[in-house]
Amino acid sequence: MTVRDALNSALDEEMSADPKVFLMGEEVGEYQGAYKISKGLLEKYGPERVLDTPITEAGFTGIGVGAAYYGLRPIVEFMTFNFSMQAIDHIINSAAKSNYMSAGQISVPIVFRGPNGAAAGVGAQHSQCYAAWYATCPGLKVLCPYSSEDARGLLKAAIRDPDPVVFLENELLYGESFPVSAESLDSSFCLPIGKAKIEREGKDVTITAFSKMVGYALKAAEILAKEGISAEVINLRSIRPLDRSTINASVRKTNRLITVEEGFPQHGVGAEICTSVIEESFGYLDAPVERIAGADVPMPYAANLERMAVPQVEDIVRAAKRACYRSVPLAAAA
Amino acid sequence: DSRTITIETSVPFTAHQCDAPSRSVDTNPKELLTFFRDMATMRRMEIAADSLYKAKLIRGFCHLYDGQEAVAVGMEAAITKKDSIITAYRDHCTFLGRGGTLLEIFSELMGRQGGCSKGKGGSMHFYKKESGFYGGHGIVGAQVPLGCGLAFGQKYSKDGTVSFALYGDGAANQGQLFEALNISALWDLPVILVCENNHYGMGTAEWRAAKSPAYYKRGDYVPGLKVDGMDVLAVKQACKFAKEHALKNGPIILEMDTYRYHGHSMSDPGSTYRTRDEISGVRQERDPVERVRKLVLSHDLATEKELKDQEKEIRKQVDEAIAQAKESPMPEPSELFSNVYAKGLGVEAFGPDRKEVRAVLP
Repeated sequence: MTVRDALNSALDEEMSADPKVFLMGEEVGEYQGAYKISKGLLEKYGPERVLDTPITEAGFTGIGVGAAYYGLRPIVEFMTFNFSMQAIDHIINSAAKSNYMSAGQISVPIVFRGPNGAAAGVGAQHSQCYAAWYATCPGLKVLCPYSSEDARGLLKAAIRDPDPVVFLENELLYGESFPVSAESLDSSFCLPIGKAKIEREGKDVTITAFSKMVGYALKAAEILAKEGISAEVINLRSIRPLDRSTINASVRKTNRLITVEEGFPQHGVGAEICTSVIEESFGYLDAPVERIAGADVPMPYAANLERMAVPQVEDIVRAAKRACYRSVPLAAAA
Repeated sequence: DSRTITIETSVPFTAHQCDAPSRSVDTNPKELLTFFRDMATMRRMEIAADSLYKAKLIRGFCHLYDGQEAVAVGMEAAITKKDSIITAYRDHCTFLGRGGTLLEIFSELMGRQGGCSKGKGGSMHFYKKESGFYGGHGIVGAQVPLGCGLAFGQKYSKDGTVSFALYGDGAANQGQLFEALNISALWDLPVILVCENNHYGMGTAEWRAAKSPAYYKRGDYVPGLKVDGMDVLAVKQACKFAKEHALKNGPIILEMDTYRYHGHSMSDPGSTYRTRDEISGVRQERDPVERVRKLVLSHDLATEKELKDQEKEIRKQVDEAIAQAKESPMPEPSELFSNVYAKGLGVEAFGPDRKEVRAVLP
């Protein structure tokens, strides 16, 4: 099942289960979704529940949040999360803080979703990861699916959740196929928010990643295995709440940590994970924590520069070896 | 006493893209006396808040509504608590109009447990969801799309009710207002945009901020009505008209020509960008409470002394509410971590020193 189909089926099932759920955003209806995530939903649920909006994020996001105040369960699609910057006030000030400011009177059951992070060759304004931005804000929940099972289980959980959820997808994963369990195809399937998944067990080094970088971390782990390094790969799934206990338990076992993300390094998700490990598991570390992140520059357009700006599998492999004090190739050392 | 009295509005309505409603407004003695009581209560409450602020019992920002009372009271007279209201930070009187109590207001202003937001919201964040009041918003203009969203919810749920989204002449120039209005018009949302034009966005006169200060016309394709916002009966008539319009045809703008006697907030004496003569002129000629007092007296519904006695009684009620609010305890420290989420998932949250203060979110 592709990630696209996983997301589409999750939307379909949750709209079918709860008449208060509706979808709004640019091109979600007649166009069938800019990335076809909402394909077929207009035909099935009609224009009252699948609403094409003008290209006015501040306006339609505010309307979505207002509808959630009223008790509906809106799903607001951003064509990309870069455009959510036009509406960030409604995500932070109108959605995230209302339950607190009203002492629980105004809950905001809304999902903001769409592709996030770097796509390919689209330049600086269309290639940015907002995980750290949104995850810094209490009141929001921030989810980042990697596989089809993640996409289905986490999106369904997000729609059912009574709080505002920022759901960060990845354009380059939409077409990827993943094997799925029979259980995950059931309409009742749901994944817990706030729990990471150990994608691959290992004992020498922990690699944390989310979204597309989980795939890179798994490839790196395969390469490392051939060189005798057993890497444990944690798919974070949820950036806020962050599953600190799973991360720390893993580091206490492997004594080494590599964080991987596509976003900018400064104040990034890796910085928070690193801090958590230093706070909780300082004595267990056998090597400095290594951070792999996007380059600290706006995304360039040229293919060679773009490749230099986003993490590659070899970056993860190199950092893991460094953490294991194996940066000098064994052959050369011998 | 519910016999009908018909009264002319102070000035005719000015209409844009619609036919103006009649200037003759039906009311009755009971309603006029209630208007007087409600507006006088709001006036007294805001004056008391001014004193509490100066006595340092209210913290931070505090935006007072005195002068604008006719808008809150006239609007309520035209609608029900099933209709929704959302406004900006000048929200004390709107909350009172929705059925909130003086005790909840003063407790919230002083950051006490008994406040409408348990002391966690403050002056700008009052809510009363069970009677359709959705805040209380501190970011200028954001409440307009939110109000359109409430109207979306009403239409989606086929409730047959409407939403009033209030904003000032400052917010009237914001882009998100036009974005939300466009969508509301496309989708026929039952929303009334109420521009409370008090003529100053903070300290900036309307003509210095708006190329066209004819706010009722700024919706272009959306109908609008200019209303004397100092005349509670005109406000009632306009809101009744607007509700009917919105249910049938979608959005409409009401520009309420009003005035705030206080500065923008407590840090603004309100005298550097306007003259004292201007303020006293409005007080003498257009004051909304005095207008109703005159109507009550001219129709022999009460004597001057009876109204004075009522004002004394209101003063007593306000003082009692303040005394009670002062008795309300500060929020429990555990409230720091409550309501961050509706469903906290048992996640741990931290205070400034996470080794010292941490809590499991409920």
